[in-house]
Amino acid sequence: MSLKKVDAVVVGAGAGGGVVAKELAVNGLSVVLLERGKWYTPADCRKDDLRNQRTTILGNNTGPDDEGNPRVLVDQQGRERIVYPSQGGYNNNAACVGGGTATYGAMAWRFHPKDFRMRSEYGAPEGSTLEDWPISYDDLEPHYEKAEWEIGVSGDDSGNPFKGPRKKPLPMPPLPPSREETILRAAALRLGLHPFNIPMLRNSVPYGGRASCMRCRWCVGFLCEVDAKNGTQNTVIPAALATGNCELRSNCMVKEILLDDRGRAKGVAYFDANGRLQEQPADLVVVSGAATESARLLLNSKHRLHPNGLGNRYDWVGRNLQGHTYTGAIGFFEQETYDDLGPGAGIAICDYNHGNKGLRGGAMLANEFIRLPIQFLNFLPPGAPRWGKAHKDAMRKFYTHTIAVQGPTQEMPVWESRVQLDPKVKDRWGIPVLRMSGYRHPHTLEIGNFMSEKAAQWLKQAGAVQVWPKRAGQGLSGGQHQAGTCRMGNDPKTSVVNKYCQLHEVDNVFVADGSVHVTNGGFNPVLTIMAIGYWAADYIVKTWKGTRFRS
Amino acid sequence: MKRTRSLNRRKFIAATAAAAAGPAVGCKASRSPWRFFTAGEAQTMNAICEQIIPADDAPGAAWAGVIRYIDRQLMGRFREHQKTYRDGIAAVNRLAGAPFETLDPGKQLEVLKKAEKDKGVRPFFDLAVAHTMQGFYGSPRHGGNRDWISWQMLGIPVSPSRGREHYDRSKGVKS
Repeated sequence: MSLKKVDAVVVGAGAGGGVVAKELAVNGLSVVLLERGKWYTPADCRKDDLRNQRTTILGNNTGPDDEGNPRVLVDQQGRERIVYPSQGGYNNNAACVGGGTATYGAMAWRFHPKDFRMRSEYGAPEGSTLEDWPISYDDLEPHYEKAEWEIGVSGDDSGNPFKGPRKKPLPMPPLPPSREETILRAAALRLGLHPFNIPMLRNSVPYGGRASCMRCRWCVGFLCEVDAKNGTQNTVIPAALATGNCELRSNCMVKEILLDDRGRAKGVAYFDANGRLQEQPADLVVVSGAATESARLLLNSKHRLHPNGLGNRYDWVGRNLQGHTYTGAIGFFEQETYDDLGPGAGIAICDYNHGNKGLRGGAMLANEFIRLPIQFLNFLPPGAPRWGKAHKDAMRKFYTHTIAVQGPTQEMPVWESRVQLDPKVKDRWGIPVLRMSGYRHPHTLEIGNFMSEKAAQWLKQAGAVQVWPKRAGQGLSGGQHQAGTCRMGNDPKTSVVNKYCQLHEVDNVFVADGSVHVTNGGFNPVLTIMAIGYWAADYIVKTWKGTRFRS
Repeated sequence: MKRTRSLNRRKFIAATAAAAAGPAVGCKASRSPWRFFTAGEAQTMNAICEQIIPADDAPGAAWAGVIRYIDRQLMGRFREHQKTYRDGIAAVNRLAGAPFETLDPGKQLEVLKKAEKDKGVRPFFDLAVAHTMQGFYGSPRHGGNRDWISWQMLGIPVSPSRGREHYDRSKGVKS
């Protein structure tokens, strides 16, 4: 059965898809926005510390459910096992309207100008596909700005001399400093570093018709109870719907992109909320399912002219999966550091993003988000008693007296780190699932260790009397910061999409999410994903006014 | 239909009451008030949990109702661990040479230290530690952490925490 044809169908209502849907809708295109998850409200916050996007002991609060959504993970020894969304190896991102932006920590970083030309700056280490982006910081600057103002960012990065030039300041001031921030700021200045307030997609003052942050401890991993955290679900998506040009269909799982005789997209096939297979015809398809699921959809969209999946003539779809290698340090202080103020993270330095001798890039370092007691078990020092009275004493001693500093090390992309379709395992709709395999490049781990040392130095200067490192494993990286699987580039033989996020092979299919990132910066990637959404939509709208993609 | 429902309800109340009573769990009852554990297993498990997080100035795992959390989850998300628990509890009792819960606390500690090193029992013990932590520090909605006792122990304000600035909007937020 075929539904009424629309101009564009956008698959995935997360950071990228939400922005694209809104931009197309306000420019007069008719849009259907499909989302496999639900649309939650602030009332769904639930404050369940065992079931949220960060602590998934009892499951994910914003999907996907474990049941019916398996993946296959192949470890470095070649052993394969089934993994579920609540397990780390799954590399889950949320499945809901807003995607990861509904529950994220909401750091709103612009990448550093050098992050867009990593190969030119440093050269690729052996075993890495490190490359330059086909676009620059300057290309994205106006789109970063648009994201900051339309979706809403608070903070103050005027004290960051390393940032790329910005034309407009952030629309909201930072939240007042927490105790951790006060301690860390003074220490950073003593070290000659350049501390500043983290830009956050969070209202510090009423903005966009919603309230300001009440600084509760149920932040990263949770839906915001007072709707002060800005995601696409409470900003651009409602704006898209308000135009009357966009229809949002949640609980709809897209099976494949439908292709015509010439191999061009003519719409998508999806399972609706009742499990019925539907066909949505469209002139244009935008894929925004995040790096893992976007690659899966392309690979599942096979055709006589695209036998290995759409956009995959040269075997680049699903390759170079990357996330961030989080490393840092934790310090114990004699003074009380806990002040019960969310979101917790507030202060950062960018002194070590670039210019580290012998290293290709680095990371931003920031204090960690507020920790609930169950999460704090992972912050105890190595060798801390794990049970008995001594465990209780350790929790009493450390919980209110520690600060954690860490950063997202920019990873060296690896060709073998990838997602493919598993030949056997299928999801609840009968669609082939992802098979994930790969590892982190050794140089990534080297940079991670360096960042860990720098974090420890900062904490010691701040007065920590005991400091222990937080290091990373060697396994496949992805997680909520997943990126890289549909690389953007000028050469169709070594990339999947062109610089406007358009498939090299098919002119009416776009990918707009972290998949297109050539490298993932030493920063949380969401603001860049949003900016990419604006960038791609800008091109689509301009092209639409000419050819309407009906070549 | 109605009959079944009221029976279930009675059973539920019995289980809740028994859980609140802690170690005194249905001593000689032939039918267990628990969802997964037999009455005897529950007594042993409760004692194991209490050794993992013992009472000192603050209550321990037994008072907090950790067993209730584990029992519920063994019929829910932790279903796959049922056999590990069943066999593990029996193994701990074998190591103890008597029902574990009847030993004095010093002896219980010795037995668990042995269990921690025993290759066969270790997987059960590791699960028990992890689940006891979850039941003790996690949200009371799941059966444990009665009265947010672990949070009180850590000296952090007890939920519901509505944040500090929620009721003071008149002052606005200073930058």
